[in-house]
Amino acid sequence: MQQAAAPAVLDPDVRQARTADGAPAVELSGAWDIRALETRARSLKLQLRQFSTDPGSHWNLSRIQRLDHIGALLIWQAWGKRRPARLALAQGHEVFFSHLDSAAAAAPAAPFDPLRLVRALGAALLLTAEHLRGIAQLLGQILLDSLVLLRHPLRGPWREISASLFRVGTQALGITALVGFLIGIVLSYLSAEQLKSVGANVFIINILGIGIIRELGPVIAAVLVAGRSGSAITAQLGVMRVTEELDALSVMGIPHTVRLILPKIVALAIAMPLLILWTSGIALTGGAISADMQLGISVHSFMTGLPAAVPAVNLSLAMGKGVVFGALIALIACHFGLRVQPNTESLGIGTTNSVVTSITAVIIADAIFAVIFADVGISLL
Amino acid sequence: MTPVIEVAGLWTQFGDHVVHRDLNLTVMPGEVVSLVGGSGSGKTTLMRQILGLERPTRGTVKVFGIPLHGSNAQLLHKIRKRWGVLFQEGALYSALSVFDNIALPLRELRAFDEDFIRDMVLLKLDMVDIERRHAAKMPADLSGGMIKRIALARALVLEPELVFLDEPTAGLDPDRSESFVKLIRSLHETLNLTVVMVTHDLDTLVSLSDKIAVLAEQKLIVYGTLREAIAVRHPFILNFFLGERGLRALSAVAATINLNGKH
Repeated sequence: MQQAAAPAVLDPDVRQARTADGAPAVELSGAWDIRALETRARSLKLQLRQFSTDPGSHWNLSRIQRLDHIGALLIWQAWGKRRPARLALAQGHEVFFSHLDSAAAAAPAAPFDPLRLVRALGAALLLTAEHLRGIAQLLGQILLDSLVLLRHPLRGPWREISASLFRVGTQALGITALVGFLIGIVLSYLSAEQLKSVGANVFIINILGIGIIRELGPVIAAVLVAGRSGSAITAQLGVMRVTEELDALSVMGIPHTVRLILPKIVALAIAMPLLILWTSGIALTGGAISADMQLGISVHSFMTGLPAAVPAVNLSLAMGKGVVFGALIALIACHFGLRVQPNTESLGIGTTNSVVTSITAVIIADAIFAVIFADVGISLL
Repeated sequence: MTPVIEVAGLWTQFGDHVVHRDLNLTVMPGEVVSLVGGSGSGKTTLMRQILGLERPTRGTVKVFGIPLHGSNAQLLHKIRKRWGVLFQEGALYSALSVFDNIALPLRELRAFDEDFIRDMVLLKLDMVDIERRHAAKMPADLSGGMIKRIALARALVLEPELVFLDEPTAGLDPDRSESFVKLIRSLHETLNLTVVMVTHDLDTLVSLSDKIAVLAEQKLIVYGTLREAIAVRHPFILNFFLGERGLRALSAVAATINLNGKH
């Protein structure tokens, strides 16, 4: 409590003293609040320890000028967490110690679990199964909703699809072109070195054509889109969960599968094959430019040689992959977005999981495509 | 005595829209001041300016006698350790448990050992009436009332001299808000806190505040006790205090306290 003409506040101090009848006493004075203790807590704690070895000593705290819970706790801990028998307090300071007396017992530690690793493994497997079930459920719901939409096409979320198409497709043209071009140059440059040594220069067209159109173009575009649009979708749905917007849609009777998820899946399923065409085209251009400089095959002859080297069915295969990859990325991103719990950490974890899972899923799907279509579209010499 | 808060000649402008026009406000140590005003009157903006989260267009804000804008980072850091803020939604760190939320400001000081911090956190939990078994929980698992009380414990853990409360009882049921008001009052009495709060809740306002600052027409139209505030004939005050709800709240507390705001 402050007074109008308060005496100067002194530093906290511990001293050996004597009571009026000559008994040993410990005297504390000065300010024992956080402002004073912040820098001196450790040394004062040691001093208090030394004085508290004698349980019979008298503690005189009446000359403390300022006290708060921090100071009281420091003194109380030095006492061994209980009050000494002989204690003198300044007026108004009693309240700090009475709060402390009721706070003593420690929180129980977590019990040791010898099966912790087994349990963790089981939990991880169950979680995977739960994710698979969740994605299947979501897919089923979307299919049911699309059936309803087929009967009432005017109620379809066409504006949302168009907006999503712009975000995931048009706005991704720049980054996919840049990455595709660089990959094309690198691939062409490295292959050219090898081909030159065996004198098989013209095969650069076959290598780049098949490699980029059939495999690299789709996978690169899908990885970029998963990182770019997949994370955005998860974060958007996650924030809508945190801010209860999803619940608001539900109580208005607007199914969020139709309004939010279906447009994203449709948009990615449309945009992905187009992005793949674009990425592959740019990558081939990069490869052709590099081949011109390394091997002397002109860009024109590269392009005219392409139809002979790469059967047209490869393009259809790449587009088909694109539809599947796009739908997969959107489905996984939406699934993780809807699972976000209303807290910030869950949002971060959900977004990371979404990107990692969709890239993995894309590569697994690509492997399945490779096995199924192993003898389609590859012309042997 | 130096005032705890001193706002002088404060202007806030967003484009052409003037929120505060030459606003002055002084809060002395130990006072409980409530900021009231219609929505859009700039209560929250004013509080954020006093907290140093936003910068006024013109004018000075001093806290503990130190100007917030233009002082060096070290001084500002000192001020920030002397105040505690209870945000409207609690603003508990959702990645940390209840215990770690309260322990965070203490750990940041790097002056105390873990044993000390544990006892201090448990003490603060006791003070806001939260059972210890909740200490390990995450904020997402708690009810709104518990989040408020834990956020108050976190605001109080560094023994602040000045406490800001943004809508302390909004979203609490009447019983909980009653006990929250009691808690704040008892803390104010034992710790001699200076309290600045923004509230719409008349019961809270009437039972806690020494002074009421009414924000309307871009400035403080009244700054004084409840009786002084009611005496002013202004549409906002007539609506707020002397409307049907206002009169009900005033008559409910008139029986227990004097209408001059002291208790």
